[in-house]
Amino acid sequence: MQSAPTSSSGSSAKTTGNTPLGGGGSKDSAATKRSTRVRPGDFIFKGLSTGSAVLIMVILAGVALFLIISAIPAITADWSTNDQLNTGPTAAFPNFWAYVGPLIWGTLWSAAIALLFGAPIGIGIALFISHYAPRRLASILGYLVDLLAAVPSIVFGLWGIIVIRPFLLPLSDWLSANLGWIPLFGGAVTTTGSTILAGALVLAVMILPIITSISREIFLQTPRLHEEAALALGATRWEMIRLSVFPYAKSGIVSATLLGLGRALGETMAIALIISPAILVSVRLITEGQNSQTIAANIALNFPIATTLQRDALIGTGLMLFVISLLVNSIARFIVSGGSGKRKKSKGNGKPSMPGPLSQVPTGDAATVLAMDAVGRSGRAGVVDTEGHISEDDIEGAGK
Amino acid sequence: MSVLSPRVKPTGPVANSLTTGQLPRFAELYVLGGSAIVTALIMLLVGFTLVGWLVLTAVIYLVALGILSAVVENRRKATDRLVRGLVTVAFLLALIPLVSTLATVIAQGASEISWSYITSVGASTFDPDTLTVTQTPGALQAIVGTLIITGIAALISVPIGLFTSIYLVEYAQPKQWLARTVTFLVDVMTGIPSIVAGLFAFSLFSIIVGPKAFSGFSASVALSVLMIPTVVRACEEMLRLVPGDLREASFALGVSKFATIVKIVLPTAIAGLITGIMLAVARIIGETAPIFLAASFTDNFNANPFDGPMQTLPVLAYTGYAFPGKDIAASNASAWGAALLLVLLVVILNLIARIIAKIFAPKGMR
Repeated sequence: MQSAPTSSSGSSAKTTGNTPLGGGGSKDSAATKRSTRVRPGDFIFKGLSTGSAVLIMVILAGVALFLIISAIPAITADWSTNDQLNTGPTAAFPNFWAYVGPLIWGTLWSAAIALLFGAPIGIGIALFISHYAPRRLASILGYLVDLLAAVPSIVFGLWGIIVIRPFLLPLSDWLSANLGWIPLFGGAVTTTGSTILAGALVLAVMILPIITSISREIFLQTPRLHEEAALALGATRWEMIRLSVFPYAKSGIVSATLLGLGRALGETMAIALIISPAILVSVRLITEGQNSQTIAANIALNFPIATTLQRDALIGTGLMLFVISLLVNSIARFIVSGGSGKRKKSKGNGKPSMPGPLSQVPTGDAATVLAMDAVGRSGRAGVVDTEGHISEDDIEGAGK
Repeated sequence: MSVLSPRVKPTGPVANSLTTGQLPRFAELYVLGGSAIVTALIMLLVGFTLVGWLVLTAVIYLVALGILSAVVENRRKATDRLVRGLVTVAFLLALIPLVSTLATVIAQGASEISWSYITSVGASTFDPDTLTVTQTPGALQAIVGTLIITGIAALISVPIGLFTSIYLVEYAQPKQWLARTVTFLVDVMTGIPSIVAGLFAFSLFSIIVGPKAFSGFSASVALSVLMIPTVVRACEEMLRLVPGDLREASFALGVSKFATIVKIVLPTAIAGLITGIMLAVARIIGETAPIFLAASFTDNFNANPFDGPMQTLPVLAYTGYAFPGKDIAASNASAWGAALLLVLLVVILNLIARIIAKIFAPKGMR
């Protein structure tokens, strides 16, 4: 019996045999004996689960380890004398750090521009869905935003090539003609539209859904009574949002923005397809051939044609990207966990809302937990009302 | 009591203290219509463009509404209306790329997709008589590659992710260091840029197998790194939704923990688990960069994930533009076909996931 294969049916048959006796508390000796010992099924299952958890640690360590191992030859090599490195795209750089420096700048720069466009609009959409849109519309709009998140990045890249590039051309011409004295718009104006401005705009579209879904969930989580109190004191809706929603959601907004930044930093295809890059530090937005290249796009463009050592150098730049995005994400998580009280509270509800569609949030923050509540919004009897939409009619019935 | 009742009935509109100092109910619509017409007139003089019209309408609408409200009502209400307008504009602004992307993909890809595109392998043939190279579009190799690579990635990630979430929910004590570390690491893993996952798989296989170890399996490993944290998160949340009462009832009957999980917890959460996994698959199926690095690309049909480069739909879409063949227009068209197929695949996966969630949702929880 001990060595019997531990299929689920075998084990449960064993246990169902016990059930009639279990209620009374007097078990026969065999059952007691068995229950004091760890059952093989339990043991193996627990081992599998714990093993998987440990495996995740191993995988993450492996990612860092293999990147470092591969990158070291290129980082330590002398780039000016090495045959493989003083040709082709890496020819102009004396060492690894001179190569990766401009790339890091380009990555941060394009992500910053994307954030500049994406964050306010994303938060605005979240506010619209949570506090302005009619109640019935809100869940449909949420789906629409999720749909935006589900579109593969390569599709956005192709879209950027044929739609955004020509769309921005008149704007670039105008900016160059009238505001060319600002360094941002300096340099020869583009003729094809392959600018970092176009790339960053596509990035902004890509990070919108992330910022929107996280901040929406947090906006919806604002205590209803805070909002009603503000309205009862005669606040307009905007004042209510400013006084009760924003203070509550502050950390959530910041971390949503940082998670969006994390996505923008690592996004490859939009930049690789759209901009016409060079490895240099530049703030120019509307030139071509003088746009700062990003790490991810540089890898994608040069990887197929690189020599072995150049490939190692590219892996080294990838390692830098890994470190940067780890940093950004850790800060975001840290800020979220600063508001861990909220998370506990929402878990404490423990109400079985419908296990409906997950939101497309890159998960792992308070928002996801909250998302479960919001997702089941369509027809659940909620303990805490997370409906954001408050109309004047609602106030009467809110005396609960 | 007729003495007290006023003899003279009020004539004309009475000033209602509740509605004075307010704009009429549909004022916003009137202002919107007005600004649209005004803008259209201006645009007719300058030259009409749709985008310019929409943008200018939005600006004039916001300004007009703000001024009107500030004059008739007060500044606080004007701010309120202004913000409402701004937020609405932000939302409409976000709809534009969504609609535009879908419209573009469908418009560009629909002409490319045909039965032969789906069922044949893309090839170029040289005609010795006319000395021309003709490209036959085809995506079979990419479809097969995508299905194989995504399938293997799911096979790797689902057990690991599911067991990890079972560990986190059922076995780990909340304060235990392993549980906290794993939770943190899963958070960290969600933040790994996809291209870094590709680099990891490439360097892993080039160290183990040898240089230029491009293979479909390598790409699956890269995708697993991206998929595991998503699966863990989704499954963890779903398992946490299973009421503790069910577990306690099962334990009280003397059922072992293992049997409780397999027979009680998992069946209760099954709909959510499947939904979460489907959405995770939909998420990685469109990843381009990691597959491009780990599996490279090829025009040949290759259904063996352990040997040689494999083509996939996202990479076909990328290479069609980044590394076009001799006939650039044909390559680009092929890229759009692949992009449309990809979008269809993602939409179908999302739909199935949502339908499963609806159908198999536990009773009483709808």
